[in-house]
Amino acid sequence: MTHVLKIEDLHVSVGDKPILRGVNLTINHGETHALMGPNGSGKSTLGLAIMGHPGYTVTGGSITLDGEDVLEMGPDIRARKGIFMAFQRPMAIPGVKMADFLRHATTNVRRPDRKEGEELIPMREFRKELKEKMAHLKMDVEFARRYVNDGFSGGEMKRAEILQLAMLQPKFAILDETDSGLDADAVRLASESIADIGHQKMGLLIITHHDKLLEHNPPEFTHVMLGGRLVETGGKELAEELHEKGYERIRTAYPDADAVNQEMLAEEAAV
Amino acid sequence: MATDITENEADEVGEINKYNFRTETTGVFKAKKGLDEEVVNQISDIKNEPDWMRQYRLESLKIFNERPMPKWGGAIDIDFQDIFYYLKPTAGQGKSWDDVPQEIKDTFEKLGIPEAERKFLSGVKAQFESEVIYGSLEEDLAKQGVLFTDTDTAVREHPEVLREYFGKIIPNNDNKFAALNSAVWSGGSFIYIPKGVHIEFPLQAYFRINAESMGQFERTLIIVDEGASVHYVEGCTAPMYSTESLHSAVVEVVVKRNARCRYTTIQNWANNIYNLVTKRAYAYGDATMEWVDGNLGSKLTMKYPAVHMMEPGARGEILSIAFSSAGQHQDAGAKLVHAAPNTTGQIVSKSISKNGGRSSYRGLVKVEPGAHNSKNSVVCDALILDPESRSDTYPYIEIAEQDVQIGHEASVSRIGEEQMFYLLSRGLSEQEASTMIVNGFIEPLVKELPMEYAVEMNRLIQLQMEGSVG
Repeated sequence: MTHVLKIEDLHVSVGDKPILRGVNLTINHGETHALMGPNGSGKSTLGLAIMGHPGYTVTGGSITLDGEDVLEMGPDIRARKGIFMAFQRPMAIPGVKMADFLRHATTNVRRPDRKEGEELIPMREFRKELKEKMAHLKMDVEFARRYVNDGFSGGEMKRAEILQLAMLQPKFAILDETDSGLDADAVRLASESIADIGHQKMGLLIITHHDKLLEHNPPEFTHVMLGGRLVETGGKELAEELHEKGYERIRTAYPDADAVNQEMLAEEAAV
Repeated sequence: MATDITENEADEVGEINKYNFRTETTGVFKAKKGLDEEVVNQISDIKNEPDWMRQYRLESLKIFNERPMPKWGGAIDIDFQDIFYYLKPTAGQGKSWDDVPQEIKDTFEKLGIPEAERKFLSGVKAQFESEVIYGSLEEDLAKQGVLFTDTDTAVREHPEVLREYFGKIIPNNDNKFAALNSAVWSGGSFIYIPKGVHIEFPLQAYFRINAESMGQFERTLIIVDEGASVHYVEGCTAPMYSTESLHSAVVEVVVKRNARCRYTTIQNWANNIYNLVTKRAYAYGDATMEWVDGNLGSKLTMKYPAVHMMEPGARGEILSIAFSSAGQHQDAGAKLVHAAPNTTGQIVSKSISKNGGRSSYRGLVKVEPGAHNSKNSVVCDALILDPESRSDTYPYIEIAEQDVQIGHEASVSRIGEEQMFYLLSRGLSEQEASTMIVNGFIEPLVKELPMEYAVEMNRLIQLQMEGSVG
């Protein structure tokens, strides 16, 4: 069965401020989509709304996964149904070891019907897999014993997100600027890893400003967000064009969206 | 009085006496309700105590009657005449498994504590099968000159050592509850570690603490002689259930030059108990005293483990955690007194409040005149799980010297929406996520615990979070 994540006419507000103003996007399993756009256009908002962040209120439209209403589900259920988001700024959970956290998460996502208090994935099995995946990501074994994102460098956080992606094996993954804050080598490692994890087995939505990530993960579709709407969709040439020439052409072509975008950016700066 | 014991009950006394820890003179007996000289004399009679202890008890009773309620701490509402001050500690009399509240039974069950141990912990049975293990362990300790027994036995068998220190760190006129304990104390642990002896494994009172009718007024005295070290672990994570509403212990610790003592307690009281405890250590030259103190349950807990740093180079460290839920007030904290130069103190206090529970940190840092170059740091973190719960910090700082370093950091946080969302987005349920955050919060305490306690502690927190414990 081919899985489909479908977003229709999605409107999202933060507090009483509208951010997304009618987004339509369909991601089929195995497809890679790039989501680009200037700052303040609403890219992260789309990701967080798909994942079910309580601070983002859906005021209209729908999100469905294989026809099921995602908006009805809490974030934990979305995760168990196979949606994943690698965060731009993941939260630290002091005192909680990466390995313990990952064992819970992995168990729940692989056994979505698991009830509270039921056994986790057997320790040996889990450790073996975790070790393999960490070796693959060139992560020190010590990493599993550290507290979740606590005192991690920017690069370590991003790699930890990719490790979770590798362990949870979701149907759909949103990567929110997983390349930002990384040096060239780290970006290459990250992008290779993502490619390696196998986007053929997932649907990918890559939010990015850079082309490195897309080199290893060429998108079938590139979407440009401006002022809370997707104003253009193309192939990977569109991503290349935006990397080379910036957003000038887009801003000029969609003056109304650009005006909204500037307004949102100004409000964001004022906060 | 001892003569009240019927023939039938006397058999039971014989039964008890086979048990290694029991004092031979502790019979099956229940003093009348309330407190007066007669009751105190009865306790002394039953224990067949030397006259000095009897006089000490009677003097303490006078002090108790005269002293006002302490001002330091939470609100206490106790009718002192409505309490049994001495209860027979054994099976059969008026206490049966059926009388143990269901919530306590459920907790035992969920903690995975074996049947025999459950009955013991809830005071239904005094016997416990681990006596063999403890017997051989004590033989080993005895060879090194270590004294490890209950305090009643120590009064009889080691009077010279005991008398030198008993009531010296916490005198009977220290506070109303210290006076109360001094008048009616029973049970508790007595430990003496000779010079230079290091005990590698933690000494545990796990099975001993409840033997004396749940240790309602237990009295503990630990002396670590020069250059020696010990880790004493008292109590356990299982709920301590008592038919009485008042628990008031006194714990005195002497840590001599270059010695080291760590005292670990995790106490989980039933929700009707006033838990009013005085714990104090004197640390001498270059000695280290560490209190690791966890408090769960009870109606009101007032507990402020203290270290008085008496000579240069002494160190005092206190790590305390309190978890309060509906109808509970954990008034916990710590006291550090720098009474000599170059002394170092550290307090880490963490509290968790949920379902309308109230936690307070009440701490004293005191630098006495002459305690030059003392260093002290206090960190207290409060985690509040819902809007109904409450947390307060009452730090008292008295500094009589200039060249000292004193730091105080306090933080209060609610379980962050962002932390919660992060864990949920990885497929954890709200329950699992909040439990994980709380477990992370108390990790600094848990990692200091011996393995089996750490496991139980984590399980207990999970139960607390599920709301299935009281």
